[in-house]
Amino acid sequence: MSKPKVAIFDFACCEGCQLQVVNLEEEILDLLSVVQPVEWREAMSEKSDTFDVAIIEGSITRREDEERVRAIRERAKVLVALGACATVGGINKLKNRFAMEEVRRCVYDAAADMPHLDTYPTKAVGEVVKVDYQVHGCPISKKEFGYILRCLVTGKEPFVPTYPVCVECKMQENVCRYEFNEVCLGPVTRAGCGAKCPSAGFWCFGCRGLAEDPNVQAAREVMAEYGKTPEDLQGRLQLFNGGKEQAS
Amino acid sequence: MTKSVDIGVHHVTRVEGHGNIRVRARDGVVEQVEWQVPEAPRFFEAMVRGQSWEDIQTIVSRICGICSVTHSMAAIKAVEDAMGVEVSEQTDRLRMLLHYGEQIESHVLHVGYLVAPDLLGQKSVVPLVASHPEQVKTIIRAHRLGNHIMEVLGGRMTHPVTIKPGGFSKLPTEETLRDLKQRLEAVVPDLQVIAELVASLADRLPKFQRETEYVALTHPDHYTFYHGRIASTDTKETVDVHEFESVVNEYVHPQSTAKWTRWHRESYAVGALARFNINAGQLLPLAAKTARLFGLQRGACNPFLNNVAQVVETVQVVEHSIQLIDELLTRGIRPETPRATPRAGEGVGCVEAPRGILFHRYAFDENGRCTRANICIPTGQNHANIQKDFEAFVPQFLEHGQDQLRLWMEMLVRAYDPCISCSTHYLQVEFV
Repeated sequence: MSKPKVAIFDFACCEGCQLQVVNLEEEILDLLSVVQPVEWREAMSEKSDTFDVAIIEGSITRREDEERVRAIRERAKVLVALGACATVGGINKLKNRFAMEEVRRCVYDAAADMPHLDTYPTKAVGEVVKVDYQVHGCPISKKEFGYILRCLVTGKEPFVPTYPVCVECKMQENVCRYEFNEVCLGPVTRAGCGAKCPSAGFWCFGCRGLAEDPNVQAAREVMAEYGKTPEDLQGRLQLFNGGKEQAS
Repeated sequence: MTKSVDIGVHHVTRVEGHGNIRVRARDGVVEQVEWQVPEAPRFFEAMVRGQSWEDIQTIVSRICGICSVTHSMAAIKAVEDAMGVEVSEQTDRLRMLLHYGEQIESHVLHVGYLVAPDLLGQKSVVPLVASHPEQVKTIIRAHRLGNHIMEVLGGRMTHPVTIKPGGFSKLPTEETLRDLKQRLEAVVPDLQVIAELVASLADRLPKFQRETEYVALTHPDHYTFYHGRIASTDTKETVDVHEFESVVNEYVHPQSTAKWTRWHRESYAVGALARFNINAGQLLPLAAKTARLFGLQRGACNPFLNNVAQVVETVQVVEHSIQLIDELLTRGIRPETPRATPRAGEGVGCVEAPRGILFHRYAFDENGRCTRANICIPTGQNHANIQKDFEAFVPQFLEHGQDQLRLWMEMLVRAYDPCISCSTHYLQVEFV
């Protein structure tokens, strides 16, 4: 079997998820034994007209980008959304709380009306084209990326947890962040990160999107027990899950 | 000898973010030379409005994956400035150490993965795995060390979570620091190998010079990335970081829709070479020796030498990291809880990103909700200088013809280590 050709494309994002791919270091060499990278602007000058797998990093924020991602979808057999900007819209959706005209004026002031500054409310990749695989997180876990890529090559369905971060946080034996009077999104956020942030003494801010199976009632009880309101949770939920109706 | 070229590089590769090069010359007459940035603007200064002081760092860290620690540090310093929060010496040293992790990671990534292929006549690092296996392994080891420092001190490799207003959410153990010290000492010979590799190829960098103004932080005690005042090679006066707007002077150029910056002349440069040109007298012994290996001296004005300055700085931050760990271990790690209370106010944070000086300013209401933000990023400050370099470079090297000129211009862009995703102020435009 010939190795599938893989191309990586980036849209509106910080390119930190591509950086995790670079951070695989020697493991990239292992992945090169199962896939053939043919286009990756951040790391390679090589370009290709054909590819089997398109990996998309970033959100869609302009009409021209929407056309570009549709064209990539048409050429790709398989499309992977890489990281929170692509899977749920991520931080970029904070923009959607404002009128686009007002956002442009806030940053560019007098130049705001220039046509090339056109921007529209941020969309996750899945809101524009069909997505076959999702690699969650901001940034992604490089380990999970390697795992999902291997699943893709072998035609296996990857296991991605549907339960919330609290499950993994308990396994790490962390003291609950609510004990520190903090608002943590662990109860409603999709696990799979190993509860890295609470383990480093910081609250979960929901970068992997909402869990398919959040225990909403338990979350409410936790809130009530620690004197927090669902509004406190909502405020922090805006950060990565501004378009939460699409997030699940 | 050809005197006509028509170059249109759409999305320069091996840089962070999207940039285009457009050059047209006919019969030796240069008709158009432009460095363009079509990156999608992301409007961070608008997005942070209404958000809590506790969440600002989480948001703005996402301006850039490669300089996420630097953006986080600038934001935290600005919040602390606004809230009147002082941090301990221990926090200060640990932050410097974490910040150095990012300098190592970014500089090694840039020189080793993105620039080295040009010097070795390849299109990416992939073919180098076969042709230069030992050197690639050395580069990987040094790169991994930078990541490791960020992971153990920042809680994650990219987008750190441990730095909070007032201190660290989780402190490293002394054992962790001793282990880091060993790893740092072990990487010194690797850096020697990388320096010698780059030195053996440095004559492939074009012999191009253009005097310009260099701007960086400066501090009386050490070669700084994190403390100090704003300095320039054009003046002996230094400027308080609170007045950074008087340094950057952002403006819209009549022939371009990108915001540029200027201070004492029509453009200035920031980054490793700027820091070297201002602070080289404070380099530690091994770093100073590395600079001598390249013959790099203050006053260097070949922009391609920014890559060389990055190698020198990598040695510098490794050396200084070892010193910082010794100081921390001598005093012992003391338990501390970060404390800060929101209040109305405004604050500025300024730190050196691997690619140059970075400014953040935020205003908060009495509940600690952000009401206004201004972020001025290094690549934005280099934009005008890249354009001015292009304008000087093209007529001088035109006779080398289309392909060579195109390669050198791409290398010139890469030399600045641009980070175009940090494009808060960039306007996107397609001239071609």
